[in-house]
Amino acid sequence: MEKLNTPPPVRRISPDKKSKPAKPSSTTAASKRNGKVSVKTGRSRPKVESIERMRTVDLGIAYGGKSAVNGVSLQIKKGEVLALIGPSGCGKTTYLRSLNLLVEQTPTATRTGKIMLDGEDVDKLELTELRRKVGMVFQQPNPFPMSIFDNIAYGIRERGSRKPTRRVLKPFVEEALDRANLLEEVKDNLSHPALRLSGGQQQRLCIARSLAVEPEVLLLDEPCSALDPRSTAAIEDLVLKLRSEIAIVIVTHNMQQAQRVADRVAFMYLGDLVEEGTVTQVFDKPQQKRTRDYVSGDFG
Amino acid sequence: MATPTEKKTRKPPSKARKRSQQTSSKTKRGKTRPGKAAVAASSNGIAVGGHNGPFEDLLDRAPWRENSDDFDPHAEREAWSLMDRMGLRLAWAAGIFLCVVAAAIVLYLLVRGLQFVKISELTSSPLPSLDQSQSGGYLDPILGTLILTVLGIVIALPIGVAIAVWLSEYGRPKPLARAVESAVEIVAGTPSIVLAIFGLIIFQGSFFSFLSFSADGGAVFGRSFFCAGAMMALIALPLVVGSTREALQAIPAHVREASYALGKDRASTIRRVLLPGARAGIGTGASLGMGRIAGDTAIVVLLLGATLELQPVGNAPVFSLLKGTGSTLTSYVYNNSPAGEGNAPEKAYAAAFVLLLIVIFLNFAIAALVRRKEPEWRS
Ligand SMILES: Nc1ncnc2c1ncn2[C@@H]1O[C@H](COP(=O)(O)OP(=O)(O)O)[C@@H](O)[C@H]1O
Ligand SMILES: [Mg+2]
Repeated sequence: MEKLNTPPPVRRISPDKKSKPAKPSSTTAASKRNGKVSVKTGRSRPKVESIERMRTVDLGIAYGGKSAVNGVSLQIKKGEVLALIGPSGCGKTTYLRSLNLLVEQTPTATRTGKIMLDGEDVDKLELTELRRKVGMVFQQPNPFPMSIFDNIAYGIRERGSRKPTRRVLKPFVEEALDRANLLEEVKDNLSHPALRLSGGQQQRLCIARSLAVEPEVLLLDEPCSALDPRSTAAIEDLVLKLRSEIAIVIVTHNMQQAQRVADRVAFMYLGDLVEEGTVTQVFDKPQQKRTRDYVSGDFG
Repeated sequence: MATPTEKKTRKPPSKARKRSQQTSSKTKRGKTRPGKAAVAASSNGIAVGGHNGPFEDLLDRAPWRENSDDFDPHAEREAWSLMDRMGLRLAWAAGIFLCVVAAAIVLYLLVRGLQFVKISELTSSPLPSLDQSQSGGYLDPILGTLILTVLGIVIALPIGVAIAVWLSEYGRPKPLARAVESAVEIVAGTPSIVLAIFGLIIFQGSFFSFLSFSADGGAVFGRSFFCAGAMMALIALPLVVGSTREALQAIPAHVREASYALGKDRASTIRRVLLPGARAGIGTGASLGMGRIAGDTAIVVLLLGATLELQPVGNAPVFSLLKGTGSTLTSYVYNNSPAGEGNAPEKAYAAAFVLLLIVIFLNFAIAALVRRKEPEWRS
């Protein structure tokens, strides 16, 4: 992971007030927040250099002939969080799952169009390599039924006869947990079962698990829909912190969340990409009527 | 458990209650406690229904009987809720009945067992005698039960888990999966005496002579811990397959996908994510299977030789024991019961009590071991 000279200002919630301030590299001000969001839009965030990581060209996905995503072309850039919005069933999850080829788990799914990762067609990549480069966090927190430590180490343990020891793995595990703003809360219980964590902690653990394999792109599929406002804020902070390091796509049903964390927004409707632009463009000056209706809450 | 259910049934929606007061003239309703009314009505129905079957009265009032003089299209709720309440009461009574039976078994064996169990007999081998005071203890049958149970489950567990994993995670081609499923069903449904006689035929074949005692002429005895254990594994197998599979299928699909999304293949997903996630189910299957093995008699009588003592064959340390014959608590109880030849009912009771203790302990031990109430995924 690359360290930046000027880290982005990251708001951070410390669950117990006594916890030590985190490393200076990750936090500038550990400000408390009372559930409410202080920053209304993401516009005040510093501009960081944006580099394209992924791109889909005319991507179409159909389940057994029934189209779920039609010809979607989007760019996914490091330094620019992309929010996917749209009503339920419009194909957001399907689009996301196609980026790491998880759709191939569904036997009926067929794909048209191109998916490029760093300028290379993903079909040319080894599937496992692609998935290590494109991490994913799911709607439901889904830690594996093992300890917190093993959850993180699972991704970085290579197969083969020579298994890295716990001592070798520990710095990597701790770094991933730290990047996911979870280390302070769990550092004394790394051997506790991960499923005993709270929902919000589980979701940050899932993010840490993805971060441990050093992905270039992180896909978040409604990561906060099962969480309370406090945990939601913690995840949003995390996204803002990571945006300069990783290309992030976040699916959300929540317009405010999209405005808080995203730089660009793509609105999908019935499998079509209706409109894509900066947060200001999509929310303040939508070009399409359907976008206007959706962002103003006229239909859900 | 029964009490809350019962309470619920006593409170049907107040609307239905009112309607029942207005419409049903045949039964005495209008009591403040409809639960009581239901009982009255049902007993009434049984009494009146002597001529046309016990439910005639009930059916008479059912809404679909259009010739019913006070037909009310809204009355179906009332008619059904009466049936429901009777059904619930039946279920409740059945539950209580089972508790009584279980308590009777445990209490009876407890009294009988404690009366006859002697510590000295737990630690001494049986002796061939028709006199109960001379026929020794039942150490060997206890050991036999333990050895056979462990052997059977050690064979059944890996095979059963493998089958369950294949069925749940691969299951392709479909026809093969269906065939495997049927095979598991057939094994589950085969009486153990049939498995035992089948095993005897198989293991007396010269191909399996390494599993049991062979006479000088080459005749294979076909009876040993190995032979019995193999067949015991077969009766435990369906239980292991069933509960492992159930546990695997209870793991949400997105948990598997989370593993694939980390670049893991199916093998490591199964080994590192799914099997740990299913361990409670695997443990349950194992404990059920061990209970079945410990309790089976037919296979022991036919395939273990049912010799009084453990009789090793050869002198390799563990192997000789497993190649040899012996008996278990089940065959010991059978032989010493009034039905068997030993005619030592006191010992039979004592051994039966010990067997019950072993099985109960086994269940609790495994439950404690695996069901540390591992939290589940939120859905
Ligand atoms: N595994 C599947 N098999 C068949 N159809 C599916 C499958 N998954 C999703 N779909 C269909 O694809 C469309 C898009 O679904 P999805 O991508 O989950 O939408 P969203 O995430 O925006 O709510 C829906 O019409 C849905 O019914
Ligand atoms: Mg979705």
